[in-house]
Amino acid sequence: MGLDVESRRVVEVEEGGTVEELVVNVGPSHPSTHGVCRVIAHLDSEIVTKAEPVIGHLHRGIEKMAENRTYLQVVPLTDRLDYVGSMYANWAYCRAVERLASIRVPDRAEYLRVIVCEMQRIASHMMAIGSAGADSGAVTQFVYAFDQRERIIEHFEELCGARLTYNYVRPGGVSHDLPEGWIESLLAFCESHRKGLDMMDKLFFGNVIARGRMKGVGVLSAEEAVAWGASGPVARGSGVEWDLRKHDPYSVYPRLDFEVPIGSNGDCYDRGRVRLLECYESCSIIEQAIAQLEPGAIMADGVPRLLAPLPGDAYDHIESARGSLGVYLVSDGSPRPYRMKVRSPAFCNLALLPMLAEGHLLSDLVVILGSLDPVFGEVDR
Amino acid sequence: MKITDLRDHLCQVYPDLCPLFSIEFGDGVLAVPCGNLFDAASDLRDLGFDRLGMVTAVDQAEEFELVYRLQSRSMLAGIFLKCSVPRENPRVKSLVDLWPAALWQEREVFDLFGIVFDGHPDLRRIMLPEDWEGHPLRKDYRDERMIRRPDYI
Amino acid sequence: MSGLIWGAIYGLAAGMVISLAAFIGVWGERKIAGRIQLRYGPQELGPFGLLQTGADTLKLLLKEDITPAAVDVRIFRVAPLIVFAPAAMSLAVIPYAYGFAPIDTGVGVLFFVAVPAISVVGVLLAGWSSRNTYATLGGLRAAAQMISYELPRTLSVLPVVLLAGSMRPLDIMDAWQWWWIPLTFIGFIVYFIASLAEINRVPFDLPEAEAELVAGPFADYSGIRWAIFAMAEYGGLVAASLFGAAVFFGGYLGVPGALGVIVFVLKALVIALLMLWVSWTFPRMRPDQLMATAWKVLTPMALIQLVLVGAVISWL
Repeated sequence: MGLDVESRRVVEVEEGGTVEELVVNVGPSHPSTHGVCRVIAHLDSEIVTKAEPVIGHLHRGIEKMAENRTYLQVVPLTDRLDYVGSMYANWAYCRAVERLASIRVPDRAEYLRVIVCEMQRIASHMMAIGSAGADSGAVTQFVYAFDQRERIIEHFEELCGARLTYNYVRPGGVSHDLPEGWIESLLAFCESHRKGLDMMDKLFFGNVIARGRMKGVGVLSAEEAVAWGASGPVARGSGVEWDLRKHDPYSVYPRLDFEVPIGSNGDCYDRGRVRLLECYESCSIIEQAIAQLEPGAIMADGVPRLLAPLPGDAYDHIESARGSLGVYLVSDGSPRPYRMKVRSPAFCNLALLPMLAEGHLLSDLVVILGSLDPVFGEVDR
Repeated sequence: MKITDLRDHLCQVYPDLCPLFSIEFGDGVLAVPCGNLFDAASDLRDLGFDRLGMVTAVDQAEEFELVYRLQSRSMLAGIFLKCSVPRENPRVKSLVDLWPAALWQEREVFDLFGIVFDGHPDLRRIMLPEDWEGHPLRKDYRDERMIRRPDYI
Repeated sequence: MSGLIWGAIYGLAAGMVISLAAFIGVWGERKIAGRIQLRYGPQELGPFGLLQTGADTLKLLLKEDITPAAVDVRIFRVAPLIVFAPAAMSLAVIPYAYGFAPIDTGVGVLFFVAVPAISVVGVLLAGWSSRNTYATLGGLRAAAQMISYELPRTLSVLPVVLLAGSMRPLDIMDAWQWWWIPLTFIGFIVYFIASLAEINRVPFDLPEAEAELVAGPFADYSGIRWAIFAMAEYGGLVAASLFGAAVFFGGYLGVPGALGVIVFVLKALVIALLMLWVSWTFPRMRPDQLMATAWKVLTPMALIQLVLVGAVISWL
């Protein structure tokens, strides 16, 4: 409690007379806000009449910082955007740089990027599914999901030495080739991961209480999802078929065969389950990419240390675990970006919260917030 | 849809928008005067660009260049919509009526660039505290806490 | 006068029993939770980490007992005791061994189902006196929840009372027959679920609801006062499993003498394990679902059980 919010507010109701609203300040330090988000919730008994997210607690001005660093120095900054899925921001940024500087990336590097990004998708979705469990009180589900995530993080650690901020994808390629035995252990993981997903599907998504908590809660219609610019599992949970891997194919995705899971009701359950089903697809993408992987260079030839692209602007986007993650770069011919803008899917998805939470209980508020899966490094930038 | 097909389609449906269309780095760009921004965006929405992907701005010394990224699900294509507003008293019509997605994104541009969106229902700072002074993504923004860029780069 | 002395002795004994139960209970719960969650649980301090709870208790005792500035101090301080006392009192009427219950009273069953309801007052006061929106919401939830679950819980033990023809726990034990187990099984399920709600364990831990209310009424408590709340919860768990084992599964019956106590404790342990298992597997319910479960599922189930037993008795 506290900050500058009054805890009670008298409002007039349509039927005449007044009622006293309870104003609860959820966050910025709260177990279920997935970071430092503050939601000012106006409650009528336990029903949320108005929920207003207050963001910006993690605003570090990364877009401004990028203007004072060389193109290569910006890559570690992008790690800090979506710290649950650093590979995506790396890749989206590098694609924009490559488009701006007309760099052609070798095939092997593209495959490696696809492999690590699909692994990142699993890791990120495990975080989302696990915290969906924690938000609704199923702590065990959280631990099981984190067990799966941990194994991916271990693979990343072996690959590039970092567990969270990888700085792996670089303009022109990737920073390291695969260590010995890595592929075999990754394939073994994919095998065991499917079993883990089956179990989570039964344990959590099949549980009657969990279904009761998530079904019909925070319903987002397909039209609203499109109009509000929702993307990723949030849009797909509402039945919007929109996945950049299919609909604006980039890298080597056209050569890979995979499905895009679609929900139908647009409630928290569908958003969560779409994430779970995407993990199966990611496993299959990883296996296909490994089968097609051939030896070769992992870095384009002749990429200078000090990139200075011609003046102009370029935008490129990829499908991150949260949706369409785009990077818009403006160059003025100097070795530093003149302007960098990150189109953050979590930011756009979080804008839905006031609409989705209205009329639900306070308990649903945290479930809805969790189902939007915001990462505040990316929301606040 | 290929970018040239998109151009032909656009020219066919809206001939007056045709001369404003150009192709940069493989992306279609429609540069319009800011007075026509809302109408152009509305036209593009009717053409099939149903998603407002991104709203941002670039500080181009004398003026701010507003950049909108629109995405079409039916045509599988993206397009930039650009317009320039003067640095003094920058105002432009809000696109909230077309896409509610603009609600937060325009607030962000207002917060970091100080561009006022007319018709926006809730134009407040979003990233920075309410009492912050200045708009940090402007190139002339100064703050005593800012760190000087090192000389070696 | 002698009553006072006996009361004091009993109070001391109950306090020690609950402390011991909480001591082992916390360790056991952490071990079981660890096993369920693919980890080890406490294992460093003492054999199998048994002394870990002791270390934690010591830490809680040494922690500063913070009383936030805005709280209603007297109510805030006394609330933990109001929650703890009923848990200790309800242990008094349980028939532990042949012919022995600490307080042998003719209304033992009624006493057992009625007394824990007093702890609602404590939780409500704790939430109210904290002057904190989360705590207030949690306290109100606790009141609504415990009052709703009081009814099915009371109804669920009535079939046994009907069969035995007495509310005196020792009489029930004397009259107890093995074929009551299948006959009163629905009653046991209702009792089990309602007890989970009564002691605020996971599918029903709405007042605490860490994810939304950040521990609710207990949010502002620290140190030993918080520990008393935790001990009351374990006291409730122990009492609920012991009583369930006694009335639904025959307690110490079947084995003569002191061995009976061991059998009784083992039966109670199985029920307690089930409760832990459930609470480390299931998500939490929503307040409206909780109410719906109490009134639309559990109460009718308990009534059906009652009618069933009534029919069997009239047929006998």
